[in-house]
Parts: sequence; C-alpha cells; structure tokens
Amino acid sequence: MKLIDNNNSKYTRFSVKSFNRRQWAGFFVVLGSLFLVILALVGTFMPEQSYAIDYNHKYAAPSLSYLFGTDELGRDMFYRTLKGLALSIKIGLMAAFVSSCIALVLGTLSAVFGGKVDSCILWLIDLCLGIPHIILILMISVSLGGGEIGVTIGVIATHWAHLTRLMRAEIMQLRNQPYVHVARGYGHSYFTIGRKHFIPHVLPQYIIGLVLLLPHAILHEAGITFLGYGLPLDVPAIGIILSESMKHISVGMWWLGFFPGLLLMIIVLIFDRVGTALREILDPMRSQK
Amino acid sequence: MKNQLITFISKQCIRLVLLLIAISMISFALLVMSPIDPIDAYFTGVAVSDEQKAIVSAYWQFDRPPVERYWHWATNMLSGNWGDSFVYKAPVLQVISDKFTSTLLLMLVSWSLSGVVGFSLGVISGIYQGKTLDRCINYFALVSVSTPVFWLGILLVMVFAVELQWFPIALSTPIGKSVEDVTWLERLHHLALPAITLSITGVSAIVLHTREKMIDCMNSNYMLFAKARGESLWVRVKRHGLRNVAIPAVTLHFASFAELFGGAVLAESVFSYPGLGSAITLAGLRGDVALLLGAAILSAIFVFLGNLIANILYIIINPEVQGGR
Repeated sequence: MKLIDNNNSKYTRFSVKSFNRRQWAGFFVVLGSLFLVILALVGTFMPEQSYAIDYNHKYAAPSLSYLFGTDELGRDMFYRTLKGLALSIKIGLMAAFVSSCIALVLGTLSAVFGGKVDSCILWLIDLCLGIPHIILILMISVSLGGGEIGVTIGVIATHWAHLTRLMRAEIMQLRNQPYVHVARGYGHSYFTIGRKHFIPHVLPQYIIGLVLLLPHAILHEAGITFLGYGLPLDVPAIGIILSESMKHISVGMWWLGFFPGLLLMIIVLIFDRVGTALREILDPMRSQK
Repeated sequence: MKNQLITFISKQCIRLVLLLIAISMISFALLVMSPIDPIDAYFTGVAVSDEQKAIVSAYWQFDRPPVERYWHWATNMLSGNWGDSFVYKAPVLQVISDKFTSTLLLMLVSWSLSGVVGFSLGVISGIYQGKTLDRCINYFALVSVSTPVFWLGILLVMVFAVELQWFPIALSTPIGKSVEDVTWLERLHHLALPAITLSITGVSAIVLHTREKMIDCMNSNYMLFAKARGESLWVRVKRHGLRNVAIPAVTLHFASFAELFGGAVLAESVFSYPGLGSAITLAGLRGDVALLLGAAILSAIFVFLGNLIANILYIIINPEVQGGR
C-alpha cells in the first residue's frame, strides 16, 4: 500500500515538477542572457576614465566607492573587470559563432557525402583533438603576432571539433529516416526536405552546441591571456588582470585577484547553465528526464 | 581477442605517425609564419653586429626557405637531434626530458587524485540521487568545471600559502638547495597546491559521468533483484554497481589527457613550477621555435597515448566488446 502511495505522489509531483522545470528554464535563459548582454554593453561602452590611473587612491581595499578595490596605479578594479569581461564575452561570442559555423558546414559535408570526404573530416577532427588546445592556441597566437585576432582565431581553430562530430552524427541519423526517404519519393526537392525536415531537427542541437561552446571559449581566452599571450598589457583583459594580481598576492591584496576571477567564474557558469536550460526547452526528449 | 588487439595497435601506430607528421608540419608552418624575428629573439637584450647575426642565422639555418628548414629539422629529429633551445641554451631533448619529469609527477598525482575523488563522489551522488548530498556534489561539479584553473590556483595560494602558510608559494623545491639534497617530502610539499588545483578542475567531468551511469545502474532490474534478495546497499553497490560504472569512468579518465596537459600549463604558470608548461610558455613568448616544436610533438604523443590506453582498456575490460566483433 505504502509503495503505491509513494508512486502516486511521485507521479503527480513529477508532472508538476517537469512543467515547472521548463518554465523555470525559460525564465533562467531570459534572465541569464539579459545579464550577460547588459554586462557586455556596459563594458563595451564604458568610458576609459572610469578606470583611469589615480595615484591618490592606490591599493584601496574594497569599499562602497570602490567595489572591487583599486590596484597599484589606483585604477578601479570593478570597472577594469567589467571591461575585461566584456572583451572576453565579445571574443567568446565571435569565436564560438565562427567555429560553430565551421562545425555545421563540415558536419553536413561529412554526413552528406560520406566516403572519402567523411574520413578526411574525421581525420581533421582527430588532428584537432590530438594536441592540447592551449598549445595550439598558443602557437597560433605566436604565429599571428598576438593581438585580439590571434586569440580569437586560436579559439576558433580549436573549438569546432566536438560540435562537428555532433552535427555529423545528427545529420547521418536523420538522412536515413523513413520520412526523409518518403519525402524524396514524393518528389520533394532537396531544398524543401532540408527546410522542412533537416533544419528543424538540427537547429536546436546547433544552438545548444553554440551556447555550450561559449564557456570553453571564454575560459581558453582567459587562460591564454593569463599566460601573457595575445593582448597588450594595458588592455584590461581578464587574464591580464589576474596575472597582474599575482604580483601582489604575497602582500595580502586579495581583492585584486579574488573579485575579477569570481566574476569570470560566474559568467562562465551562467553561460553553461543557459546552454543546459536551452537544451531542456528545445530538446523535449531530454527535458523529461 | 589477441589478434584483434594486435591489428588494433598496428592501425593505431600508423595513425600516430600520420598525426605526428601533420602536427609537426602545422606547428612548423605556424611558427615560421610568426612575425617574431628568430635572430632578434635569440639576441634579446644584447647588442650585436650584423656579421654576428649572419653567423647565427647561418648556424641555425634561419636564412633558408621554410620547406628546406622543415625537412632539415624533421630528418634531424628522426635521428634524435631535436635542435637546440636558445632560451635554455641546451638541446631541446634534454630540456624536455628534464622538465617533463616534474610535469609528469604533477600530472600523475593530480590525475590519480581527481580520478579517485571524482569516481567516489560520482558513485555516492548516483546512489543518493535527488538527496541533498547528491545536489551538493552536483553543484560542486558544475562550479568546478566553470572555474578557471589559474584563478583557483591564485585562491589556494592566497589561503594556504599566504594566510595559513601551510604550503610554499612557488617552485618545486626549496630555494637555495641543490637538487641532490631535496627530499621527497619537500618535493611533495611543493607539489601539493599545484596538484590540488589541477585535480579540482579535472574532477567534474568524471563526477557527472559516473553519476549518470550510477543512476542508470541503480534503476536497473538486476539492482532491484539484488535488493529483493536482501543485499544491503553497500553490498549491492560493490557487487553490481562499481564494476559496471568503473569501465566507462576509467576510459573517460584516460581520454582526458589533453585537458590535463592544458591545465598543467596554466597551473605551472601560477605556481612558477619549473616544468614543461612553464618552459612552453616561456618558449612561446621568446620565440624559441625548436623548443615549442618539440613540446608540441611531445604533447601530441602524450594525448595519443592516453587515448590509446583508453581504447585498449575498453577492449580488454569490457566483455561486450569482446563478443561483439
């Protein structure tokens, strides 16, 4: 008796919960994206004076007027961090977008043509995953003489592989579906089949994959700037801020490293969660789990 | 089974050779294209005449066309001469083998740590699915995957090295001691923080994966039957859970060598740990092409070995694969 009762309550709770979960996920996606967009906009259009050098306020501990404190030149760390994160988000978005486009094209080519093209692309994926990403980004950055472009291209070049594999698998599976064969049999053109059957299936996966690329892209961008590659030292990139903070670590200026890194982590976490929430919304099979 | 393994390994060897050729070509092309002038980089901070430059340029063959230089480098490399690193003023092979032992130690410790901790956390979390403990572990995994390795390193330094002074701030041996005098204990003491940093970020993938598998396992019919037979929770987990979950976890963990290597580069940079990662960073900043090429090749072999072991283990351990082919 007890078992059945338990089951019943579980079922009712489950259905309500899953209904709520979807809405909750949607709410979270909107809120998270809004936060990130505002952050990126504020950081991009912030005047440079807001983190200008001010020797009167060196090494200020975090307070209400300096939320994240100031560094050895009296620059406001809060605004520097915002600027750096906006740059990270910008590079991340650009890199993730381009590399997801590469993934879409290569994945489609691989699945549609098969045979030699397929094994060629699989080998390329193998190659890309065969070397630690950080090293490839580092070499590309050296090769392009550093700068924002070097970092962006480095991140693009290393992040397409996983998504390509995913896209390839999706399209391959789709290609052999009975309804696609039937549609061919009815004489629909490839264009129509693509529009009516392929895009609706692949688009959600593509968008989810794109959003889930972002956390990796941002972390890699921060990592490579932390190592001292890419951006010049006066640009407030998040990696540079953190590597500067290491100079003051042993004298107890904890705020220089703590807050920027925390905000970076929160941003990455939000991207990750938005991607997962999007999956719950767009992929009905998974959202019921 | 044996034949299968032999064909598999020989195929993989061909794959490795092709991969290495491609990677060396790409790396070489990238580094040759770089705007850093190798001669200027060689003489950083030293005033030199044009004649000296010409001598150095001829000695390192900077004046030849790239293809010829690649060929020269590749043939030399096959005979064991990986060129000389001008940052360290020593043969690349020697620099790499010196540095790689420290890095290997770091990676081995943190890899084992994250494997054991991650697996246990994943199993516990899967057993108590939906409970508070499971949620805590899940949140931990999600946060740790989003944490930048270097920031975590900075935090640990701030707390455990600066504030509490339990661990040294940097390096792999005490300052002012010659290499022979350093004891293992001192070495481990210096290794602790970097290894913990690296293992925390490596833990999340294995936790989340093991948790999923464990949940599937707990919901299976054979678990239900074992429960009906009256086996206690831990006996059930030990007899039916761990074995099933361990195979994918081990495979996954061996396949994560690329991230491990990348993480080690960052962690070493935070702790000024004198390993291969720091050497790579320095080589890239100074334009030491020979060292970077050597390191890139080595890292590719390292990643490949991880994947190879993962695949072989998968064939050996997993009974389903044996019957299947």
